[in-house]
Amino acid sequence: MADATTAGRAHAPSRPFRHFMTSATPGQLALALGIAVFLALFLIIPVATVIYVAFTEKGTNTFTLVNFLDFARTDLFIRSFWNSVYVSAMSVVVASVFALPLAYITTRFEFRGAMIIQTLGFLPLIMPPFVGAVAMLLLFGRNGTVNLLLNDWFGFRIPFMEGLNGVIFVQAVHYFPFILINLSAALRNIDRAMEEAAQNLGCSGFRLFRRIVFPLAMPGYVAGASLVFVKVFDDLATPLLLNVKDMLAPQAYLRVTSIGIADPMGYVIAVVLIAMSILAMWVSSRAMRGKDYATVQRGGGGLAKRRMRPWESVLAYAAVLLILLLVLAPHIGLLLLSFATVWSFSPLPDGFTLAHYGRVFGESFLYVKNTLIYATLAGLVDVVLGTAIAYLVLRTRLVGRQWLDWAATAALAIPGVVLGIGYLRTFYGVQLPDGTPLATLWIVIVLALAIRRLPYALRACYAALQQISVSLEEAAENLGATKMRTVRRIVLPLMAGGILAGFVTSFATAAVELSATLMLVQSNADAPLAYGLYVFMQSAAGRGPGAALGVIAVLLVALCTFASHLIIEKSQKAKGAGR
Amino acid sequence: MNQPVSASALDTKAVDVEIRNVDLSYGTNHVLKGINLHIKPGEFFAFLGPSGCGKTTLLRLIAGFNRADSGEVLVGGQDVSHLPPWKRDVGMVFQSYALWPHMTVRRNVAFGLEERKVPKAEIERRVTSALELVGLAHLADRRPSQLSGGQQQRVAVARTIAIEPKVLLLDEPLSNLDAKMRVQVRRELRDLQQRLGLTTIFVTHDQEEANTICDRIAVMNDGAVQQVGSPMELYEKPANLFVASFLGTANIVPGRVIEEGGQRVFEIDGGLRLPIPADAKVPQGAKLVFRPQHASLGATGARDVSLPGTVLHSEFLGSTVRYGVRLGSTEVSIDVPFQSGEAIHKPGAAVEVGLSLDAAVWLAS
Repeated sequence: MADATTAGRAHAPSRPFRHFMTSATPGQLALALGIAVFLALFLIIPVATVIYVAFTEKGTNTFTLVNFLDFARTDLFIRSFWNSVYVSAMSVVVASVFALPLAYITTRFEFRGAMIIQTLGFLPLIMPPFVGAVAMLLLFGRNGTVNLLLNDWFGFRIPFMEGLNGVIFVQAVHYFPFILINLSAALRNIDRAMEEAAQNLGCSGFRLFRRIVFPLAMPGYVAGASLVFVKVFDDLATPLLLNVKDMLAPQAYLRVTSIGIADPMGYVIAVVLIAMSILAMWVSSRAMRGKDYATVQRGGGGLAKRRMRPWESVLAYAAVLLILLLVLAPHIGLLLLSFATVWSFSPLPDGFTLAHYGRVFGESFLYVKNTLIYATLAGLVDVVLGTAIAYLVLRTRLVGRQWLDWAATAALAIPGVVLGIGYLRTFYGVQLPDGTPLATLWIVIVLALAIRRLPYALRACYAALQQISVSLEEAAENLGATKMRTVRRIVLPLMAGGILAGFVTSFATAAVELSATLMLVQSNADAPLAYGLYVFMQSAAGRGPGAALGVIAVLLVALCTFASHLIIEKSQKAKGAGR
Repeated sequence: MNQPVSASALDTKAVDVEIRNVDLSYGTNHVLKGINLHIKPGEFFAFLGPSGCGKTTLLRLIAGFNRADSGEVLVGGQDVSHLPPWKRDVGMVFQSYALWPHMTVRRNVAFGLEERKVPKAEIERRVTSALELVGLAHLADRRPSQLSGGQQQRVAVARTIAIEPKVLLLDEPLSNLDAKMRVQVRRELRDLQQRLGLTTIFVTHDQEEANTICDRIAVMNDGAVQQVGSPMELYEKPANLFVASFLGTANIVPGRVIEEGGQRVFEIDGGLRLPIPADAKVPQGAKLVFRPQHASLGATGARDVSLPGTVLHSEFLGSTVRYGVRLGSTEVSIDVPFQSGEAIHKPGAAVEVGLSLDAAVWLAS
């Protein structure tokens, strides 16, 4: 009875109100149009151009599949394709070997330092993988620390870094946090009662894990694994730096940079890269469909944590320590290298010096400055777009608003190298009044970074806005605030934490991104850190300063991330107190 | 009444459950204090109490998810205190149902039987039988997420009884259902328990639930059993103030016992006095307790005492009118049957309160 009356009350006026809502305000319309134009210019048109070129005949612009036939007939490309598939798949396997024990031990047992491990697990993400590659060569290469010691003591070497192995090893170390984060979250989201119900019905030990815990955590694992697959498939700089050229992303880059932007093969490879990205995401979404297994109930609280027996603790700590040493090896190696005088054919550097840092501070301050500018601008663009799109989708009834969300999210499937090629092709012909092509301006790098990171910032803004009850805004309007004023005084302050989180993700990942920028950097003066690192790392003599620059990059990103984490925490607490 | 239904393939035998001197602390928090209970074979038994009283902890202790610091749990005469949950054979229905979302209804129900290595054909038979018993055989191939709350609850019950447990434990099984479903499902639960003749323990904070379906109730508060008895016993003869006020509405009138001419007299705070019957037990520091329907306004019977009061407010409840009346310095509720055409006393009216001394008791906390 009570239900009926409230429902009736809510329904009666809602019809005219809704009708009123369908006609958006001119401001909202203008905002939506602006975003649509931006996305069209800097995402859709460049990507469409890439696809168009791949499917048309050079010169005549008629539709053809000849380019793809050429691709299939060229041994190098086919080998590159399978190498990329193999490296990506093996990277997922090796990353899983790192992530599974860490996720399981820290979520299932009372494990001292579980928090530290989960935090350290993030560390590899804030360093470009190719930077770690150099350090890994020195530690695990044929004449690296580990193999020299192995050879001295036991008379054999392990080919960690030979050919494709090196790419797999570096990528697995770099990207395993994606699996760790997703899997840990999935494990934590399993209600204790799920497990207890099985025990109550007679199930225990490994069978319990196999029949209940593992299937429930599976969607989280697949999400992480497919992300790793895509990232590795698209990565350009790591194989190049390890001198592995017969993989797809490096081939695309090499075709465009060595043969020229008119050569169709680079575009064909780009289309293949897009197709593989979409395929991996499709597999992941298939695996997730209808399987929102987050089962924690009100008052539930995740799986029961068990205390380990002494021998189990020893085993667990040993395993965790070994894995942490492995995944932090790039950082350790980089730090050593940045202080080393000479480090070659010896387990440790011959001597230590501060000269590299001196050189970097003298010569390369430009890179740091450029990176700060680019990453900050890209982050700002992302949160402005992200907030605007989230608001339009969730709070207005604008026709086609969902398309903005889809278009922005579609950037996930576009590899950096593809976007780079697209920008070159699209904007090279566009010239400023003084004759310089648009593609050579540094602002294009910012736009590419912004588009690449937009999906992540958008999700953060979306989540932040979803948590705000509409009634808070209605209350403000009821008291006389216009839509604009309501957004400014109610919505934005409440979203602040989410917006900042979005900014940090964009900033931190844009600061170490190279795939798209490698294509777009035209002069050293415009180069960001990642590019400078890449240039340094290519010559043996540049490795010391390169490492010093790498350490600075890691510290910079870590510091910014940590600072914003503190700010978010503080604002969250302030909000919690006000509630 | 306790005969298992022959149509069912489920074969259950009723056993008793005994809890002896169970103590449990989490750090300095003493959660269970010297619990002693004997639950008879085939009985529908409730642990009733407010949240935080230890009732769920005690239930989980029987299932083996909590370990007692001391004391034993006996199921069918066998001490199970040191057995892990998966060796106990006590079926538990979880508050959240805990249906596994990655399995169909049929797979969920078959799970316990598969763990027991029951032959395939037998599993098939018993799963079907358990689902038929709860009336959901037609939904066997659905996923839990495709079922309503009431259906999920029944699947959880079917999953548990399919293993033919020695004891059935129900942890607030109705709390996630809406009010209408709750009434229906609790009848079904009672019916099912009667057909299977299964010893069943039911945890709830809702006295109406416990009253309507349980044979006996243990009222718990603050980690200790306050009283054990049938719903009627608990209502009519509460052992202390907590039980009296937790079950139904009770007027609790503070005052003191004085001697007056060789007779015990109770002086209500505010000065009113009434004689204490010679056979009444009055513990130290006791208060006068009576139910709203055990007092009247105006008319007084032979064993009634009459006390002057003032009407504070009235609520018309249909068949009765509930008056708030000031008695001395305490406000009490008094239910008067409503006769059509009869006028209702206005606030401020002076009334004579007739109190039945047969129904009044003196209880300490």
